[in-house]
Amino acid sequence: MKKSKDDYLTIFFISIIGIYIFIALAFPMYAIFSKSVENKDGIFIGFENYQSYFSNPALVYSIYNSLFISIITMVITITLAFVFAYALTKSCMIGKSVFRSIAMIPILVPSLLSGISLIYLFGKQGIFRELMMGYEIYGPIGIIIAEVFYTFPHALLIIITALSIGDARLYEAAKVLRSKSIRTFFTVTLPSAKYGVISAAFVVFTLVITDFGIPKVIGGQFNVLAVDVYKQVIGQQNFEMGAVVSVVLIFPALLAFAVDRIVQRKQVAILTSRSVVHEPNKNKKFDLIMLMYCSIISVFILTIIGMCLYASLVTFWPYNLSLSLTNYQFDLMDGGGWDSYYNSIRMACYTAFFGTIVVFTGAYFVEKSRSIKTGRSILHLLSMMPMAIPGLVLGLAYIFFFNHPDNPLNFIYGTMAILVICTITHFYTVSHLTALTSLKQIDNEFEHVSSSLKQPFYKTFFRVTVPISLPAIFEIGIYFFVNAMTTVSAVVFLYSSKTNLASVAVLNMDDAGDIAPAAAMGMMIFYTNAAVRIIYVLVTKKILVRFQKWRTKTV
Amino acid sequence: MEQYLSVKNINKYFGDFQALNNVSFDVKEGEFVCILGPSGCGKTTLLRVIAGLESQSEGLINQNNKDISLLPPDQRDFGIVFQSYALFPNLSVKNNISFGLKTRKQNKETIDKRVDELLKLVGLSDHINKYSAQLSGGEQQRVALARALAPSPGLLLLDEPLSALDAKVRQHLRLEIKNLQRQLGVTTIMVTHDQEEALTMADRIILMNNGVIEQEGSPQDLYSKPKTAFSANFIGTTNLFKAKKISESSIEINGSALECNENIKDDLLTVTIRPEDIKISENGNEKNILNGTIKELEFLGSNIRGHIEVDFKSEKANVICNFASEYILNNNIKNNSSVRISLQPHALKVVNE
Repeated sequence: MKKSKDDYLTIFFISIIGIYIFIALAFPMYAIFSKSVENKDGIFIGFENYQSYFSNPALVYSIYNSLFISIITMVITITLAFVFAYALTKSCMIGKSVFRSIAMIPILVPSLLSGISLIYLFGKQGIFRELMMGYEIYGPIGIIIAEVFYTFPHALLIIITALSIGDARLYEAAKVLRSKSIRTFFTVTLPSAKYGVISAAFVVFTLVITDFGIPKVIGGQFNVLAVDVYKQVIGQQNFEMGAVVSVVLIFPALLAFAVDRIVQRKQVAILTSRSVVHEPNKNKKFDLIMLMYCSIISVFILTIIGMCLYASLVTFWPYNLSLSLTNYQFDLMDGGGWDSYYNSIRMACYTAFFGTIVVFTGAYFVEKSRSIKTGRSILHLLSMMPMAIPGLVLGLAYIFFFNHPDNPLNFIYGTMAILVICTITHFYTVSHLTALTSLKQIDNEFEHVSSSLKQPFYKTFFRVTVPISLPAIFEIGIYFFVNAMTTVSAVVFLYSSKTNLASVAVLNMDDAGDIAPAAAMGMMIFYTNAAVRIIYVLVTKKILVRFQKWRTKTV
Repeated sequence: MEQYLSVKNINKYFGDFQALNNVSFDVKEGEFVCILGPSGCGKTTLLRVIAGLESQSEGLINQNNKDISLLPPDQRDFGIVFQSYALFPNLSVKNNISFGLKTRKQNKETIDKRVDELLKLVGLSDHINKYSAQLSGGEQQRVALARALAPSPGLLLLDEPLSALDAKVRQHLRLEIKNLQRQLGVTTIMVTHDQEEALTMADRIILMNNGVIEQEGSPQDLYSKPKTAFSANFIGTTNLFKAKKISESSIEINGSALECNENIKDDLLTVTIRPEDIKISENGNEKNILNGTIKELEFLGSNIRGHIEVDFKSEKANVICNFASEYILNNNIKNNSSVRISLQPHALKVVNE
């Protein structure tokens, strides 16, 4: 069939987004692989770097350590999150929305903040140091507690979704057949949530094995892969070895990603069947137990964040406990000062703005355009890749690719632009999936109707698709903003003295021993993200409703 | 009337599967044509090929003396109504209808006038500012129709437009769409799986099965002169029998010799007879009389459908007949009553397998 003007425009836009992803993802990843098989002078030496890596017992031991903390954290987080999600979906306890909000707090702070908090709680000068009974918080114990805190909301969200799709009709059938509640749990609840739980487990595993903030802050002498990458690059300026460790780090992440995708595909099949939502029944004893459980978890989360808040306000821990804003005078410390905070805000705004546009447009073409099937599949595949790439690896790959003197894009190195591009790429996949889910709910015939009415596709896009998708678009924007504020791993190699960021400042101040200001800066990120979240809720409740009045049945 | 659309030798493959097999037909200007067939017969694919939403693997399409075979949908001249209506939910009725009017540099008054005119046409003038969520299914359907007709397309395509509606609304809209089409004289192709819809609305029906055109003709022709067993079975209810040739005007079904008004050629053949063409014989003067027992009576209102076990010479076989309810009640016919029926010679039709 002949190509119409729409088809050419589509090809044009798909190519632009495709080229963007190639530059922001594929080429840098190629650069890091090729760097790992070169020596310092850039000469190809095969697998020599890998040989020297695997013959260094200290480095290889990190693989074992990384797997150890990732698996332990995975088991603990999934168990805790499952019961919490079960309480939120299958009990009639009071305060569900409050518990849910509290459980989401860890998403709003940089991961390493929980490490700092643990130092104040259980460290050498910590409030509860006696509780450690002689054990050190610096090391695997501290890492695992902090990682559980950090990964809890991520696992919770997935498991809540999985549990919510349980079909009420199955529960009714079980009841009519007089099944005991334990049996119902194992025959109805668990099977339908199975894929969600598996998926959550792999997400947690990936988050932990690729996280470097927490082990950096509280790991002590306990080395993990992600910290090794950082140390090789920042500490020893050994970029080739950094590349090698990065490649080693990609494998478990890639594996987890692959398993997750397979499992997700099966989950979709359950979701599409039209089931009836299960409403839990009141059960005093059960509801009370769940209430107690959720309270304990919430107290734990609030303690961690509260400790940081307190530590940030204490004048000089532990000698002068009077409250002041001394620690918020960032301009008096190393680490970038208040400028780094403003930089973060700017970076988060740019990321949210440009990221949302790129992701939503990309997802639109993947889902809605009718021409060039191959181009669309390639675009979708590329959009799924960033999830498998640890942020630290992506950042290092950017150094290799963009800092290469022959690269015409060399000029963006050290600017705000590279931070924004890296952050958008790092968080691309989840946003892409959010946009895709929303677009899939829109009738595919809209595009056909408009072409029969001789209207260009962009008119339908702006007048129909975008207005209908506004909630998802805001969701994506917020996701980008919050993550751009908290991310350390993706940007720690890429910031310059002019583009220092708040999250990196937390890391650097902690590194320099200024733990209280680090906590204060972490709290600044928390305040900002919490405020943005609250504003978002208000906006969706009040203003968005006015633009969405077509959703209501009444006139 | 002259030919407006002609479809020639269309083939469409999806991988190894052939969805359309050498499909050809013509549509006259102002004609209402129904493409009828069971699900999976290729009728929707055919409509999408005509619209350019799907490209044919082989074949030509001519519209208004212009070859449109390779044109993308936005360069063809048609309006379309989908089964889902695909109304833009965030636009009011007015903006939905005017969606296709705005590029042509028409001024606001012309557009408003056209929208009013169309709303009057479909009887929804009071709903101009509503959104689709606030309309009933039937109303949404009519808005979709108005939107498709707004730019005055040369060809109107309807893809199962009534199948998502309640039975009552459907019957009502059937008439309304037919009247509207006649009034505007717009050439229309409708796809449906509902034979009643096709029979009541179409000037001409194209019956499809397994990607080929099984038969085409007026509704009356299709009903009374089915060419194939599939046609006879798909449209209305019918009885089908395997038969053997005795002479040019007589056949044998299950050992019983029967007269037949058709010119019998093949030795082995299939014949069909409609339930309403089977008569109960009162005095035994009719031709082709057989004895049978009533096994089941289904009350259908004015009619009663009888399932009769008929004693053919060599074996028994079930036959469906339609009777006037009054007749059955007055003559006290019940289950297990014995009856004599006549398979009238003019009603026995030979069809291709």
